[in-house]
Amino acid sequence: MHNEIQRPFSRTFAAAALGAALLAAGLAPGALAQDAGPTQAQVDAVVEAAFPGIDAEWAARLTPDETMRQCNQFGNMPPDDVFEEIRTRAASTIVYPDDGVLMGSWENGEKLAQSGYGMRFSDYPPRRESGGNCYACHQLTPQEVSYGTLGPSLMGYGKLYDFSEEAVKAAYEKIYNPHVALPCSMMPRFGANAVLTIDQIKDIVALLMDPASPVNQ
Amino acid sequence: MHKLMTLALAGSLAAAFTLSLVAPPAGAQTEEETQRGLERFRQMLREDPWSNPALLDADRGEMLWATPAGPSNATLEDCDLGLGPGVVDGAFAQLPRWFEDAGRVMDVETRILWCMQELQGFDVAEYVKKPHPSGGQPVKDVGAIATWIANRSEGEAFAPALDDEAGRQAVAMGEALFNRRSGPFDFSCATCHAASGQRIRLQELPYLSDPAEAQVVVGEWPAYRVSSTHVMTMQHRMYDCYWQMRMPKLEMGSEASVALISYLVDKAAGGDVAAPGIKR
Repeated sequence: MHNEIQRPFSRTFAAAALGAALLAAGLAPGALAQDAGPTQAQVDAVVEAAFPGIDAEWAARLTPDETMRQCNQFGNMPPDDVFEEIRTRAASTIVYPDDGVLMGSWENGEKLAQSGYGMRFSDYPPRRESGGNCYACHQLTPQEVSYGTLGPSLMGYGKLYDFSEEAVKAAYEKIYNPHVALPCSMMPRFGANAVLTIDQIKDIVALLMDPASPVNQ
Repeated sequence: MHKLMTLALAGSLAAAFTLSLVAPPAGAQTEEETQRGLERFRQMLREDPWSNPALLDADRGEMLWATPAGPSNATLEDCDLGLGPGVVDGAFAQLPRWFEDAGRVMDVETRILWCMQELQGFDVAEYVKKPHPSGGQPVKDVGAIATWIANRSEGEAFAPALDDEAGRQAVAMGEALFNRRSGPFDFSCATCHAASGQRIRLQELPYLSDPAEAQVVVGEWPAYRVSSTHVMTMQHRMYDCYWQMRMPKLEMGSEASVALISYLVDKAAGGDVAAPGIKR
């Protein structure tokens, strides 16, 4: 009886202690199977050596910012305190349009949702505006059957939320910085990382939330 | 035998092209019809293993291996791929592995580069400045040689020699890199390859950390890629993923590239080498 209670406890404790040690070493929980794995500094050095001869702007892409560092460290499942820290930090990044209007043109939003152009090393100097590439991961309009499934289906999204003002704001924030809604989300931070402009984000919000958008037909 | 193979291949290719790329009424071919035509072309390539255009590159690789070249005017026939100098059969199935002479773990392409430098006197630093072909261009020399070497392990189970300390470190480094998010899109390899049954657009994505899925797809590289009409090697595939992840150009033969390949091949261990494969 004593043992039965103690055994699971000590197992849990051992696992927690091991986890803490590995996390202190800067490792994702996934990186544990065989050995303790490389240190954060070792990984950073290997990454730096893999991309020689780049300028400072490109070099900045090699280093995870604080939010990504935390997501990497916890295998995208941060503990509660870090979860809240990431959410708060994300909220502080969001810039709203000056006039407070969060929806633009769904027609242009559809074009942006189709386009995966932008920010690859072959995209410089830019030949056209960057896209949001929403269809790579999401179902949106019933007309587009070539959609990915890495993200949830967004078909009927505006209708689902009764086209409410709160839902429009949430959609804007989600696209601008998805870590507000879900810390360590897999989705890119289109606004916070300057992938898309405020006007482009408004157009994609319209694609989702405008009652006239094919997403809501 | 090789002449025969090449002839058969040319015949199959011609037939495939004729059947799949029948000229549409002027200007009438839609994107959808093009896709259907390509899918039919891919299907025909799969049905006739001799019709894989990558076999032409494998032939070229075999020729390059045995032709004196470089400042030293030497062949690669004394290159040690891990099973002893000149032993090609079965060598790919045991890569990546630690090489004592080079003092590091190497995948097949990194090893070929090393042999080109050591045996033939090539300036490898110059080669890796532009090591991968553009769309429509044939695979470059190292890739052709790698295609031939991989093909000479076809049907053998992957058994990478990664059980030593250096091998385990390479696999662990590869796993850390696989899951490391950075860049303007916050992507890692795991963004697309950490679950089963997912897609980008209509393209299915393998769950590469799952041995069952890795065993099916990893052994198909180097592979003929129908959409870019050339052989794409594993080093090129890693470079292309980093391109898509909005990261800079991954250096061919870098420790990171070898670590990622080590991680993938370690997951694929036990699966059969099926190179060269045919891809989208």
